Amino acid sequence: MLKRDGLGLSAPTMVFDPFTNYLKAFSDPVFIESLGRVLLFGVVQVPVMLGLATALALLIDSHSARAKGFFRLTSFLPYAVPGVIAALMWSFLYSGSSSPINALLEPLGVAIPFLSEEMVLWSVANIVTWGWTGYNMIIIYSALQSIPGEILEAAKIDGASAWKIAWNIKIPMVRPALILTTVFSIIGTAQLYNEPKVLQSVSGGSIDSAFTPIMAAQAATAAQNYPYAAATSVILAVLVGILSITFFKITNRGSDS
Amino acid sequence: MSTQTDVLAVAANDANAADAPTTASGSGRNFGKQKMSKSLNNRETSLASRLIVTIVLGCFAIYFLVPIWWLFVAASKPMGEQFSAPGFWFNGMHLGNNVAELLTSRDGIFMRWILNSVLYAGIGAIVGTLLASMAGYALAKYSFRGREVVFGVVLAAVLIPKILFTLPLYLMFSEVGLINNPLAVILPSIVSPFGVYLSRVFAAQSVPDEVIEAARIDGVSEVGIFFRIGMRMMTPALVTIFLFNFVEIWNNYLLPAMVINDSSLQPVTVGLVSWFASNGKVPMSLVVIGALVSVIPLLLLFLFLQRFWKAGLTAGAIK
Repeated sequence: MLKRDGLGLSAPTMVFDPFTNYLKAFSDPVFIESLGRVLLFGVVQVPVMLGLATALALLIDSHSARAKGFFRLTSFLPYAVPGVIAALMWSFLYSGSSSPINALLEPLGVAIPFLSEEMVLWSVANIVTWGWTGYNMIIIYSALQSIPGEILEAAKIDGASAWKIAWNIKIPMVRPALILTTVFSIIGTAQLYNEPKVLQSVSGGSIDSAFTPIMAAQAATAAQNYPYAAATSVILAVLVGILSITFFKITNRGSDS
Repeated sequence: MSTQTDVLAVAANDANAADAPTTASGSGRNFGKQKMSKSLNNRETSLASRLIVTIVLGCFAIYFLVPIWWLFVAASKPMGEQFSAPGFWFNGMHLGNNVAELLTSRDGIFMRWILNSVLYAGIGAIVGTLLASMAGYALAKYSFRGREVVFGVVLAAVLIPKILFTLPLYLMFSEVGLINNPLAVILPSIVSPFGVYLSRVFAAQSVPDEVIEAARIDGVSEVGIFFRIGMRMMTPALVTIFLFNFVEIWNNYLLPAMVINDSSLQPVTVGLVSWFASNGKVPMSLVVIGALVSVIPLLLLFLFLQRFWKAGLTAGAIK
């Protein structure tokens, strides 16, 4: 633990004390708030993104789809845009004075306050969704491609509708891909850093330096308080591990019954 | 369908057999095939369902393309008017001048950043792919004590958020004096647990034991078997791993931002964000043009390698 004297006159001294930093983290309202924020983010953003990715994969896989290659490519393009560059780009699209989106909405008398305190978390969620839906879609789509044609033929002969086939056959059969993408998305959510960090400088204060746990750890690192940064990182890693394993367990129990 | 350009037809024309009917109908020149697949499609799908699917897919495509479109349009407006109306439409074509301005301003530091990114991502991805494929091949094709333990550790490493290693790496590198050294960016990025996982799955699927046996009988050394036979059979997986490594290193921000302070050694992501956060010292117009230029190398790489990485992705997704 890093100890400073009250006036900050002498150099901080390092004291070995393995638990104090953890206790401090758990009683630090700023850190707890950042954890809660990212949890809320994940609970909303991950299902939305994977829902979109699955819908997109099913649509491109359907017989009614045309120009499949074009749609596959366009949805994957955002993945090629680095996270911080995507955040830069969206920050221009969001920015209060010059947002071209709001300029487009002006005739309707609507202006979206993208960077306001209530909206900013979902503006970040939109950047992440934009960047990663196509990547997840490709994984789910690849799994759809490997479903044996005979199964789908048989279902069609039995008179199953396209909806029924998608819901009762295709989605259960791409389960491994859905589990894989969910776990990756949980890990990705825990790493949330680039997008809020870039938006921070234009957010007018609605994104503080401890907006996400990684940002909080980074702020502690910048203040040279490495032990506290390490403690918060370990807590985050353990939480991600618990969440991923719990998710595996729940989904596996479902497949047994 | 026949309005599809040849480029799109080529893009659609990949290894996926299930796509074959639509791909055939996508190429306008092949009338016989087009007729055949049209009657097939009419039997299977109604006009209404095709229309709805196309509209929904079109909405998705607009969502994905609009920000990139805006970036392209804004970067081609006259210098300094990047944010003036119309938001999503051109105001003259000044892209060439703007890029020239970007490349020459601030002593040409932007080109330097791009070269750094190419260097870091290129070296990191090549070495990382080689290491991951060797490890994956060994895990798939040799039985040795502790094999499953090693593989378990690799899988566990896949599950730990990589960003959490940044702080320990920073502390280690400052201890051994590697701060401001390109090695501090390259060394951590050559380790790819997901690459090891992918190449193990792929080696198990696509390198038959019989081929290895035959090569052994012919007197090829184990190293020779890997480099001359194994690696060729694993090509789609290797391209996928290379591409993902490359993208990950190119996109990485936090690690290079921490370990590289000298701006002439920074990759393009760190450099551009420092311009963006410079409080107006660097005009935002330059940031917009730089953002567009920094995206182009990756887009080209994806388009160029797409028929390889798709086959590799399939192997990763299905167990």
